[in-house]
Amino acid sequence: MNAPASKGTPRPGAADDGSIKHRVRTYLLDNFLMGGAAEDIQDDTSFIDSQILDSTGFLELISFLEETFGFHVEDAEMVPENLDSLRRVEAFVQGKRAAP
Amino acid sequence: MLTQNVFDLDGAKECERIGDWLRQALRRDLHRHGIVVALSGGVDSSVCAALAARALGVGKVLALLLPERDSSPHSTRLGRLVAEQLGIEWILQDITPALEAIGCYSRRDEAIRAVLPDYAADWKSKIAIRGGLEGRINHFVLVVETPAGAVREQRLGPREYLQIVAATSYKQRLRKAIEYFHADRLHYAVLGTPNRLEYDQGFFVKNGDGAADLKPIAHLYKTQVYALARFLGLPEEICAAQPTTDTYSMTQGQDEFYFGLPYADMDLALWGHDHGLPAAELGRALGMEPQQAELVYRDIERKRGTTAYLHASPRLAAPDLGG
Repeated sequence: MNAPASKGTPRPGAADDGSIKHRVRTYLLDNFLMGGAAEDIQDDTSFIDSQILDSTGFLELISFLEETFGFHVEDAEMVPENLDSLRRVEAFVQGKRAAP
Repeated sequence: MLTQNVFDLDGAKECERIGDWLRQALRRDLHRHGIVVALSGGVDSSVCAALAARALGVGKVLALLLPERDSSPHSTRLGRLVAEQLGIEWILQDITPALEAIGCYSRRDEAIRAVLPDYAADWKSKIAIRGGLEGRINHFVLVVETPAGAVREQRLGPREYLQIVAATSYKQRLRKAIEYFHADRLHYAVLGTPNRLEYDQGFFVKNGDGAADLKPIAHLYKTQVYALARFLGLPEEICAAQPTTDTYSMTQGQDEFYFGLPYADMDLALWGHDHGLPAAELGRALGMEPQQAELVYRDIERKRGTTAYLHASPRLAAPDLGG
């Protein structure tokens, strides 16, 4: 088990954890849930099952991720396992950023 | 075992049933006394024209041939062949100048150049679907062919994809405007010619080929449309033709553009899905693994969801008005 981070020293990636989900949630609220509330998109809400995104919506999300976080999403990465909830998107973005 | 036998139908009875419905709908619901149908040279519109001519008589059906720059040269020839075999009046109008004037080609090419800056006017192009049948998010790629025959492929982002589709949709929408011009001047109704696959899976342009007063074959699987074409004695070239979109300058099968599977397999998949057939049984019929068949089912559902907008009538702020 890792030792707890000392007070005042941010855990590596902690700020990113919050901001990835926050930025993606804000993007979805602004562009797909006009007038929706943050509670409408829980961390594990499926964008497909809840009909927040259709296939064109996913293309727009992918463009947003590429422009915002500065990487290219490969064809093979365009799977629900990477993109179909805030938590999955967060893990995907972190993995892309950590990749050499 | 699921086989093509599920699509067996009595051609004579089906033509009679559709004919009765057509006459009644014209007389009772629409109060129009004839039919305008655009002939694409494909099997669906040919069958629709033949059904209308049988139901109403050849003097009550006007066929329109509306090619443009990217149409196959065969489209007009086949459309004319069908109209002449049926003995119905036909009008040919090349819509290229109108499409040029409205910006169809220039807007499309502008979007293509955003992803392929060296794209030139003499290159051919099309778009193709990828992903859904491999469990990935459905997306589109642009395929171009240079005059030297080199083929390149590039994934499309949403902006470029949407603009290319929006620009090419001018074709279907302009055709529909011309169909309604003739329908209005003759006091006729306009036929829409989607088959069940196209209607169910949203393979049409809203207010383009999706707009019509009557859709006589929207309940028929493509396999059944081919069977009716043979029953109606349409030309062999029509009965044997593979479905294409005839919208892009490169030849584009409907399966590569949208459905992902050849029509005969898509028919079986749609039938299996709607009759609650387990994916494993569909897989056996199509020679694929159950997991793959499950992806086909999921793709059918996704396309229904994505294209619900195409079927949606205008929403009213005061719903008690109806509509």
